[in-house]
Amino acid sequence: MNNNVDINLEHVTRVEGHGNIVLNVRKSKIEKLQWQVSEAPRFFEAMLRGRDYSELRTITSRICGICSIGHSLTSLKATEDALDIKISEQTAMLRRLALNAENMQSHILHIGYLAAPDLFGVGSVFPLVGSKNQDALLKIVKLHRLSNEMSDLVCGRTTHPIRLIVGGFSAIPTVKQLSNLRQRLKDDLKTTKEVANVLNSVVGNFPDFERETEYIGLSSNEEYAFYDGVIASTDTGRHANNKDYKSLMDEYVVPHSTAKHAKHKRDSYMVGALARFNLNSKQLHPIAKEVAKLFKLKAINYNPFMNNIAQLVEFVHNIEDSMLLIDRLINEGVKEEKPVVFKLKAGRGIGVAEVPRGILVHDYTLDEKGKCVKANCVIPTNQNHANIQKDMEEMVPQIIDKPRKEIELNLEMLVRAYDPCISCSTHYLDVKFV
Amino acid sequence: MKPRVAFFDFSSCEGCQLQIANLEEEILDLIEIVDVVSFREVMKEHSDEYDIAIIEGSIMRPMDEKRLRKIRRNAKILVALGACATIGGINKIRNQWSAEEVKKEVYGDADIKDNEFFDAFQTKALNEVVPVDYYIHGCPINRDEFKQVITALALGKKPEIPNYPVCVECKKNENVCLFELGKFCLGPITRAGCNAICPTNGSPCDGCRGILKKPQIECVMDILEKYDLTYEEMKSRCTLYNTSSFNPKDGMTFVRRKSNE
Repeated sequence: MNNNVDINLEHVTRVEGHGNIVLNVRKSKIEKLQWQVSEAPRFFEAMLRGRDYSELRTITSRICGICSIGHSLTSLKATEDALDIKISEQTAMLRRLALNAENMQSHILHIGYLAAPDLFGVGSVFPLVGSKNQDALLKIVKLHRLSNEMSDLVCGRTTHPIRLIVGGFSAIPTVKQLSNLRQRLKDDLKTTKEVANVLNSVVGNFPDFERETEYIGLSSNEEYAFYDGVIASTDTGRHANNKDYKSLMDEYVVPHSTAKHAKHKRDSYMVGALARFNLNSKQLHPIAKEVAKLFKLKAINYNPFMNNIAQLVEFVHNIEDSMLLIDRLINEGVKEEKPVVFKLKAGRGIGVAEVPRGILVHDYTLDEKGKCVKANCVIPTNQNHANIQKDMEEMVPQIIDKPRKEIELNLEMLVRAYDPCISCSTHYLDVKFV
Repeated sequence: MKPRVAFFDFSSCEGCQLQIANLEEEILDLIEIVDVVSFREVMKEHSDEYDIAIIEGSIMRPMDEKRLRKIRRNAKILVALGACATIGGINKIRNQWSAEEVKKEVYGDADIKDNEFFDAFQTKALNEVVPVDYYIHGCPINRDEFKQVITALALGKKPEIPNYPVCVECKKNENVCLFELGKFCLGPITRAGCNAICPTNGSPCDGCRGILKKPQIECVMDILEKYDLTYEEMKSRCTLYNTSSFNPKDGMTFVRRKSNE
């Protein structure tokens, strides 16, 4: 075992936001090992006070650039719950399409641009230009473009969506645009399989590591849950009432992190693609199941690095699901609908959805004029911070005899596997020190 | 030699840097004309030797201020990227309260003294800390505008940004005016360059690109009068992105046109 190791990695690269890894080993003993979040707290809770119900989705969308559609949709679900608004079937289908588009965009960005360079042994995607892997890179870029253009089509813009408003949409795509999109999705299923084969040839470069933990996410009888479902855990099964989310997501603050940590029955739990896969893999669409099989991914999988692969499996699922949604939309006829008419009233509303990095909750209380008086958001990445810390604590003794650079890279890869969204996690809507 | 470019981020959602990834295949063209030497969000390599610093986000803490000053010393040209950096954006909503008040609301009575991670002051745009050479506005930025600015800088030219209202682009897109549809839009006072993307998608302009240097106040007054709208709503809408940088306590500084003019 190495006698002394010091790692102080300030601002881990190829993740969203600012986090540090600190490791001090003295005389073969770990003295300090911390996953720190140093991102500036952003005070969204304070900012929402007094804002109009119609602005809440606009403001909370800015919690995160990558998952702005997920925040907007969850925000709308909370607002509409508070105001007793029932959206139309068409609105629900278009919103599901929007969520699929964002999940695809976020997952391919992470797999292709942030995680894959480690598998190819480079520092970023830029050195892949002109290398033997350029073709794979261009395929990834093509899938990224598809996902973004799909978001543009449904939401008006991929980052900070415009068309998603309380009670419906401010504009919708035409049948022709939707059928063109369906054709592209079909064509790019083939591209996705090609990317999967390339990744399968290098997947052995992920560290071999497992740690048993709890997985939490939405679950549903009807489908592989994204837009709707009930909160479920691999330890305790489905929970009856989403309004009771705080009993599963126990958030607390630690001094080395401006993002909160969370736990349920164990010291930590994990959310995101791997959690959803572990809970709901039987409900994946057929080609997504094939891709999981290609990588020998089976539930329950306790290797956090396989989160990258679960994301790829979900990418395929989202394509298949979107094609089915478009078929339904076209069959039932796309109608120009005005947003639902409603009366303002005081009340509390809770929105829950699965967004790329895991389960997201928005919880608002409105006064009788529709102004926000209280808000709480439980962010996926917050729920993963404690699990990252626990993984590090288990992994470091296993790799401590490796060269310093390799230990550092393994820890960085571990953080990246979670695809943390740190700006999100320091949104600070409702903080209590324990 | 190609100019060396470094990207940095402070308090923000990082959605503006994401627009660079969203250039898709055109990223390859970008690295033809500039050398990207630091971009934490997408690359491991880092260098303090750069010509152009492109910075997203607002400044919230002394430790951020210190880091920004260091970047300013290293860079020949400093570009503010997106509303959080150019005008403070959404992050400035909280400036209607003091930093102490906001901290108390969020942290309660917890002891956060001497913890630099939590040491927040009122939100500042970049130019409240260091001189800024160029601005790329928007929440998020417009990718085409980003390409124009970076191309101009790579060629040693001065990038031009529009100083006419969003209404010009909105009219070009043949949209029905949102005031006609009973919505309140900040298009008349907001700097164009976004191709009026929000009104074109049926949603009013929220003013994320900041107020024009010399807005046509007379026109705004006419619109408010014609549609029987109030100052109060206009003021409230301007606080979303800190569009006009006005202090809500002082009220609007718009002056009415004299009737005999």
